[in-house]
Amino acid sequence: MLRKIRRTLAVLSIALLTLLFLDFTGTLHVWFGWLADIQFVPAVLALNAAVIVGLLVLTLLFGRVYCSVICPLGIFQDIISYVSGLRRRKRHRFSYSPAINWLRYIFLALFIVALAAGFASFASLIDPYAAYGRMASHLLAPVYRWGNNLLAGMAEKLDSYAFYNTEIWLKSLPVLIVAIATLVVLCVLAWRNGRTYCNTVCPVGTVLGFISRYSLFRPVIDTEKCTHCHLCSRTCKASCIDSEHTQIDYSRCVACMDCLDTCRQKAITYRSRFRMGKAHATETTSAAQPDKERRRFLSTTVLLATSAVLKAQEKKVDGGLAVIEDKKIPARATRLTPPGSLDTQHFAQHCIACQLCVSACPNQVLRPSSDLRTFMQPEMSYERGYCRPECTECSKVCPAGAILPITPAEKSAIQIGHAVWIANNCVVLTDGVACGNCARHCPTGAISMLPYVAEDASSPKIPVVNTERCIGCGACENLCPARPFSAIYVEGHEVHRTI
Amino acid sequence: MSEEHNKDMNRRDFLKIVGISAATSTSLFYGCNGKNGNTTDAAAQTAVPADKMTFRTSKRGDRVSLLGYGCMRWPTMPAADASGNVIDQDKVNRLVDYAIAHGVNYFDTSPVYVQGFSEKSTGLALKRHPREKLFIATKLSNFQNSTRSNSMAMYEQSFKDLQVDYIDYYLLHSVGNGGMETFRARYIDNGMLDFLLEERAKGRIRNLGFSFHGTVDVFDQVLALDDYVHWDFVQIQMNYVDWRHASGRNVNAEYLYGELVKRGIPAVIMEPLLGGRLSNVPEHIMLRLKQQRPQDSVASWAFRFAGSYPNVLTVLSGMTYMEHLQDNIRTYSPLQPLTDEEKIFLEETAQLMIKYPTIPCNECQYCMPCPYGIDIPSILVHYNKCVNEGSIPRSRQDENYRKARRAYLVGYDRSVPKLRQANHCIGCGQCSPHCPQSIDIPKELHRIDHFVEQLKQGTLP
Repeated sequence: MLRKIRRTLAVLSIALLTLLFLDFTGTLHVWFGWLADIQFVPAVLALNAAVIVGLLVLTLLFGRVYCSVICPLGIFQDIISYVSGLRRRKRHRFSYSPAINWLRYIFLALFIVALAAGFASFASLIDPYAAYGRMASHLLAPVYRWGNNLLAGMAEKLDSYAFYNTEIWLKSLPVLIVAIATLVVLCVLAWRNGRTYCNTVCPVGTVLGFISRYSLFRPVIDTEKCTHCHLCSRTCKASCIDSEHTQIDYSRCVACMDCLDTCRQKAITYRSRFRMGKAHATETTSAAQPDKERRRFLSTTVLLATSAVLKAQEKKVDGGLAVIEDKKIPARATRLTPPGSLDTQHFAQHCIACQLCVSACPNQVLRPSSDLRTFMQPEMSYERGYCRPECTECSKVCPAGAILPITPAEKSAIQIGHAVWIANNCVVLTDGVACGNCARHCPTGAISMLPYVAEDASSPKIPVVNTERCIGCGACENLCPARPFSAIYVEGHEVHRTI
Repeated sequence: MSEEHNKDMNRRDFLKIVGISAATSTSLFYGCNGKNGNTTDAAAQTAVPADKMTFRTSKRGDRVSLLGYGCMRWPTMPAADASGNVIDQDKVNRLVDYAIAHGVNYFDTSPVYVQGFSEKSTGLALKRHPREKLFIATKLSNFQNSTRSNSMAMYEQSFKDLQVDYIDYYLLHSVGNGGMETFRARYIDNGMLDFLLEERAKGRIRNLGFSFHGTVDVFDQVLALDDYVHWDFVQIQMNYVDWRHASGRNVNAEYLYGELVKRGIPAVIMEPLLGGRLSNVPEHIMLRLKQQRPQDSVASWAFRFAGSYPNVLTVLSGMTYMEHLQDNIRTYSPLQPLTDEEKIFLEETAQLMIKYPTIPCNECQYCMPCPYGIDIPSILVHYNKCVNEGSIPRSRQDENYRKARRAYLVGYDRSVPKLRQANHCIGCGQCSPHCPQSIDIPKELHRIDHFVEQLKQGTLP
């Protein structure tokens, strides 16, 4: 019964959480966004005391049920392990093994040190929620969107507006590789030994393990009934039941309840610690996760372009479409972080790189960074779209408090950067045409068009930027006709201001 | 920031003609259907008579079919290398064969149509039929470069591309845009008009005329040249809306036609359907027309209108699809002229139509290619479509606001790729002078863009 409840909750939980990463319409999040908020590491980063206390109390009461029904990566491994167990004579393929505590502590220590020292990318690599997020966002979401586009194509044929096309693009090759590597490693581990990752690598598992030792309810083996058949040990995906000595390592038990149903003698029951039995104790360490200032590593992407400046071709015949060259990303001295992230440091410290905002961004602005220091954390660029005034999706979804919730009205006054005009690229000067597309689309009216020659009012009009009013949304950069490099681009601000 | 800038947005020569290999093999035989003695309603409605076409006789005695084939909208298909569209020559051949088999004998093209490949494609299709039974019209389309050498080269190239040694109807293309100045630069100062008169005398041109879009002063002055040139025909835009309600700076067709009648010059009609806008009409206009003649297509009203005027030599239609060709053939096989009541009815219809704030774009593609990659006609057509469907919300309080908003925005992305939408129009204005309907294209695009922004941001009143 308990097992059934666990399984039902787990399936619901992973399905809904996965949908959060797949949904690009921003509708699901309103209902199920809390599933991301209750993830352990994001809650710690967001200093979400209610969630942290709630999770600790939950663990203290019922053991590591978090790992079985809330953590998407844990459930994902259970699914892999379950499939593996469907093979002939593989269902009982596990066996008890002592905890490799030194390795667990090393990983936990590394995780804390990495977070504190500014290697968020490393910390993110072993954070279960972020690891799952990357897989969902970079491996599953494209498939989901292809499916959607297929439906959109059919809808178009039927003249229905039920589905619309979405853009699918490779947001970051390194992160895709990381996601694939994570998937492969986890699949191998789960296929062979169940919860190896959770009980050896996962920092959340280790932290919760400290507490679950003292949990109120836990599975207990009745030594009188036990026949030492080892069936429970062989069924335990956490390899934590020592049936030889009728003991269970509660620091690794994820309260999956599988053993309860497996025992033919009904010797294992889930019950309060005060009724009977006692688990062996181990030493504890502090689970503090301090946020320390991080140093800045230099890593700039240098982009070079060929210098063939050509005039737009003379119109000779009717019809046809001019070829549009793709825009390239300019090298920004300071990276752009989304409105609501306060400043680059706050963002770097709190972001666990789960990719939820990257999946949610409807304007193709957010993508994971390839920069070593901020590796996998999202950054903004405007070559595919710009940060539209009505959109606050990323701030709505962030579970880690890296992007704090803002309203569109607040957003219109948050300056995340400022626009810079590059005369050499401006079509007003290169093509000799009137333009002003940047000024026309500036949501804050920060761009004005002035004559190129001050004394000559009829000279070509060039844009000037009032950096006090510019909020850095990138409408100008995205809609600039100059290609591949825009004649106006946004330079980031380390600290966001309110104008 | 890299300041290098590669502004390579040039159009490639991507349009080619495919299916040429089959050019000489598909000579089909039509006819013998559509005789009397129909058995079912369906047969009666779909029958396309092969031998009932109405013909008009020109000044020089040409017996011209009332339906003329406009070669500006030949069917295209995506190129194999995805670099654009290519003309589907097999389909062109099929359409041309069918048209000729049903009496159509006038074909109107230009060196600039279909990205400059229309003459070649039309020539290939027509080469497979006896030359003496056809009337081929093409034009001196020297808008961009009106030097004598370029104009002469363009003239000679038409003979090569069409594979002919004489041209039945030759036109000074789109007279009127740019005023008399432009007319003089294109045809007088470079001596082209005199040259063309000589060519007519030699017989390489059988009939000389001009096509007109623009202001009334130019029309009057160029028409007055008749005493010297002796225009054999003039091509004008005429339909039941433009008859008395011409858009923008254009001249009412009633006036243009009247002037031609006074001088006894036959009129060739273009835009009888306003680029399809008189076929794809708002719902209640459609019902209004169907109420009168339930069996007839909406388009047939426009063709009957144009054909009902006796000084009209032929009515051009750029038919991309076989169904359109068949429908038009039916309308003119034979023509049932409008009664006086029907003319009044159509005038009332026109008055209802102009209440719809559509943009008078006929998708002629003269504005294209936009050097900055904007797909101008698609943007305007989507807007017009939504106007006709009532999907242009004026306020967020509108009853169907959410539905209309979604229809507009989702449909917009479907009709026009994001990079070719109106928000990328920089307003350089290179398109506007080419528009025969004198639409202020940048102004309309910016207006549409503003509307789209209001929809996206939810800032409509």
